[in-house]
Amino acid sequence: MYQDPVMQASIKKVEAARAQNMKLDPRRFSAEEKEALLKTYHPDYREEQFAPLAVGPNKGQKVPLELKALLEGRPRLLDAQVDLSQSEYEADVLIIGGGGAGCSAAIEANNNGASVLLVTKLRVGDANTMMAEGGIQAADKPNDSPAQHFLDAYGGGHFAAQKDLLKKLVSEAPEAIQWLSNLGVEFDKAPDGTMITTHGGGTSRKRMHAAKDYSGAEIMRTLRDEVLNRETIRVVDFTSAVELIKDEAGRCCGAVLMNMETRELMVARARTVVLATGGAGRLHYQGFPTSNHYGATADGLILGYRAGARLMYPDTLQYHPTGAAFPAQIYGALVTEKVRSVGAMLVNANGEVFMNPLETRDVTAASIIRECTDRGNGIDTPEGKAVWLDTPMIEAKLGPGSIEKRIPAMMRMFAKHGIDIRVEPILVYPTLHYQNGGLKITVDGQTDVENLYAAGEVVGGIHGRNRLMGNSLLDIIVFGRNAGLNASKKAKSVQPGTATLSAMFAFEAERADAGLNGGIPSPQLLPDYVRHAHTTMAEG
Amino acid sequence: MENMVTVYLFGKKYEVPDSLTIMEAMEYSGYKLVRGCGCRNGFCGACATIYRISGDRELKACLACSTRVENNMYVATLPFFPLVKERYDIEQVKPTEQIMMQLYPEIYACVGCNACTKACTQGLSVMQYIAYAQRGEYEKCAELSFDCVMCGVCSSRCPAGISHPQVAMLARRLNGKYVAPECEHLNERVREVQEGAFESLIEDLMGKPLEEIQALYNNREIEK
Repeated sequence: MYQDPVMQASIKKVEAARAQNMKLDPRRFSAEEKEALLKTYHPDYREEQFAPLAVGPNKGQKVPLELKALLEGRPRLLDAQVDLSQSEYEADVLIIGGGGAGCSAAIEANNNGASVLLVTKLRVGDANTMMAEGGIQAADKPNDSPAQHFLDAYGGGHFAAQKDLLKKLVSEAPEAIQWLSNLGVEFDKAPDGTMITTHGGGTSRKRMHAAKDYSGAEIMRTLRDEVLNRETIRVVDFTSAVELIKDEAGRCCGAVLMNMETRELMVARARTVVLATGGAGRLHYQGFPTSNHYGATADGLILGYRAGARLMYPDTLQYHPTGAAFPAQIYGALVTEKVRSVGAMLVNANGEVFMNPLETRDVTAASIIRECTDRGNGIDTPEGKAVWLDTPMIEAKLGPGSIEKRIPAMMRMFAKHGIDIRVEPILVYPTLHYQNGGLKITVDGQTDVENLYAAGEVVGGIHGRNRLMGNSLLDIIVFGRNAGLNASKKAKSVQPGTATLSAMFAFEAERADAGLNGGIPSPQLLPDYVRHAHTTMAEG
Repeated sequence: MENMVTVYLFGKKYEVPDSLTIMEAMEYSGYKLVRGCGCRNGFCGACATIYRISGDRELKACLACSTRVENNMYVATLPFFPLVKERYDIEQVKPTEQIMMQLYPEIYACVGCNACTKACTQGLSVMQYIAYAQRGEYEKCAELSFDCVMCGVCSSRCPAGISHPQVAMLARRLNGKYVAPECEHLNERVREVQEGAFESLIEDLMGKPLEEIQALYNNREIEK
C-alpha cells in the first residue's frame, strides 16, 4: 500500500491508462536517438566523475574516481610483516573468490585432477551470482544461432567487445546450460523438456533461460553444493586475499591471505592462481545505490593491477535501469529485467508509456534518467525521483497467478514491505549493477601476468561497453570453467620459484615517483556502513 | 522527523530510527558487520535472525536485511548454524528413497511438530517438503522448497536434528538432473556447435567492417 497522496494520485493515472497502454508496442529508438540519450543522460558520460590513473599498466586512462583511489591506494601489506618462506596453504590451483565463476573454475580444475584451494572473504556463494534473478542466455532454439547471439551482444555492447572472447561466450553457451542441467540446476521447462525462454533487453530471439526469478540463486547453490561434495577442493571462508605473490621470474604463484575476523595473515602457495572476485557495486560510484552483494568492492581489479595486469574498459559501468526506488528499506535492490520480459511496461508520473521496455540496459537507464530530470515526469520518493514499472500488466496479459509462478522473488521482496505487485505498480530508478570492464584476458583466461587467470565480473572485454541481460550468468559459467581448466592444465607443468612481493614493492616505487604518498588502504575488502556518530577507541 | 524505537541487540539497548531494517539498525548502532551480512536483499540467507518483541511469548525468525525494526525488539543473529551437509557423487546417486535413507536418515525421525514451517523466513511449508523427501517424491519436494535461501533457521528449531535446507538441496539436484524431462533441442544444439556448424557464420561476422556489422545489427529482425 502506498500512503503518499502524490503517489496515490499518480497510480490512479497509471491504472486509468493501463488497458490502453497494454495494447502499445512502442517503437525502438533509432541508433542516433540511442547515442544522443547515452551522451546526455548516462552516468558513464559525466566527465567530472572520472580521472586518469597516475600509475600502473593503464596509466593515463580514465577510471571512476572511487576506483582510482583504490587502484592508487596504499597496499595493506606495507604495514605488516609476513614471512613468505612459510605457507599455511598449498594447492595446485588457488582460486580467489567463491561466487559462480570461482566455483565453476574449482569444479573444472578438480575434474582435471588438480588440488584446489578456494578462498572467499565471506561465505562461499556470497556473490552477485546469488542475486542474479532474470536468467541466462543461450542460443539453443531452432530459430536462433550462436551467430545471432553474437550479433545481439556485439551490437548491445556498442561494437567494443573483444571478439574472440565473445565468440567463445556465445559458442559455448548451449554446453554451459547442458553442464548446469547435468549438475541438477532446475531450468524452467515445458512438460516435453523444451526450455521456456523469453526476451531480455536487446535480444533478437527469445533465448533467456530461467529458474523462476531465482536463476542465479539456483545456479549458485547448485555449484556450491558440488564444490562442497569434492574432497580435493578445500574451501576457506571469511578469508580475503590482500596481495598476490610472484616468483623471481614474475609468475604468479600464490597470495597473502587475511582472516576477516581475526585479521591473521597467512600465505597460500599455488602453481597457478585464478582471480574470481567479482564486481564493484559497493564502491557506490557517483553516489548510486547498488544491487550488488556486500563484498563487491573491486578487490580483484586492485590485486591484478598491482601485479601488472592491464584493465580493459574500466570506465564503463552498468546501471541497471530498474533498481527498487521505494520503499527506502530496499532502495537500490534489483528488480529483475524479467519483470519487463514477462510484460510489465515503464510508465511515467502521468501514466504514459515513454519507451519500449526492452531496449538495452544502458539506453533504458538513460531514458529513465531523462524522464526524471529534463522531462520532469518522475515521481517523488524520499530518495529522489522514480518512474513506475507497471507490474499488474503481467497478470492482465498472462492470467492470474502468473506473477507468483514467474517472478516469486519479486513478489516476496515487495510484499515484505506491504506492496502487492500483482495489483500495485512499483517505483524504479537506475541502480549500480555491473562492472562492464575489468582485467584483460586472453581466450585461455590468462591475464597479462603469467599464471594469473581471471574469470567472471572481474574480467573486462567480453561484453564491450554494455552487457546484455543473461550474458553475465553465462559468462561466469563459460569463463569460470575455462579458467579452471586452463589453470589446472598449466599447473601440471609449472614449478614456481621463490615467493616474493616484488610486484607490490615495484608498484610502491611507482606510486612514490608519481608523488602519491599515503592513500587509502587497498583493497577495500568491505564497505563501511557504520554510522560514525561517536568517538571510538582504536583497537589494540 | 525520525521516529526512534528501542531495540536490544544481543540484549543491549540502542535507540534507532524505525525506518531501518535490523541489519541497518546494527550498523546505525556502530557494528561493522563481517558475519551475518551477504546480499542484503533476501537471497543469500546469511543474516538469519531470531527475535522476540517484549511482552510477546513467541520467538520469531527473519532475515535481518529484509525486516524492519520494531519497538522493544530483542534481537539475536544466527550467522552460522551447524547444518549437516553430506558428500555424494551426483553422477552415482539415483532419485530413489534409498538415497535419503542413506544420507539423511534423521528425516524419518520427524515428530511432526511443524516448528520448521513456523520458523521459515521465506514462509515455506518446510515440514511438508520433508514429508515429500521421506517418500522420495523429489519433484514435489523441489517445487515446495524452491524459494529456500538456506538460512538454517528451520534446523535450529528442529527437535529431530534435521538439516532441512540440505535435504531440499539434494532433492532439487536429483529432480533437476534425473526427474525433469530431457531437453532435446539443447542436446541437438550442443552437438551442432561441437561439429562446428556455426563456426564460419561467426567468423564471417567477426571479419566484417564496422559499418557493415552496425547495419546488420540495426536492421536485424526481432522475434515477436
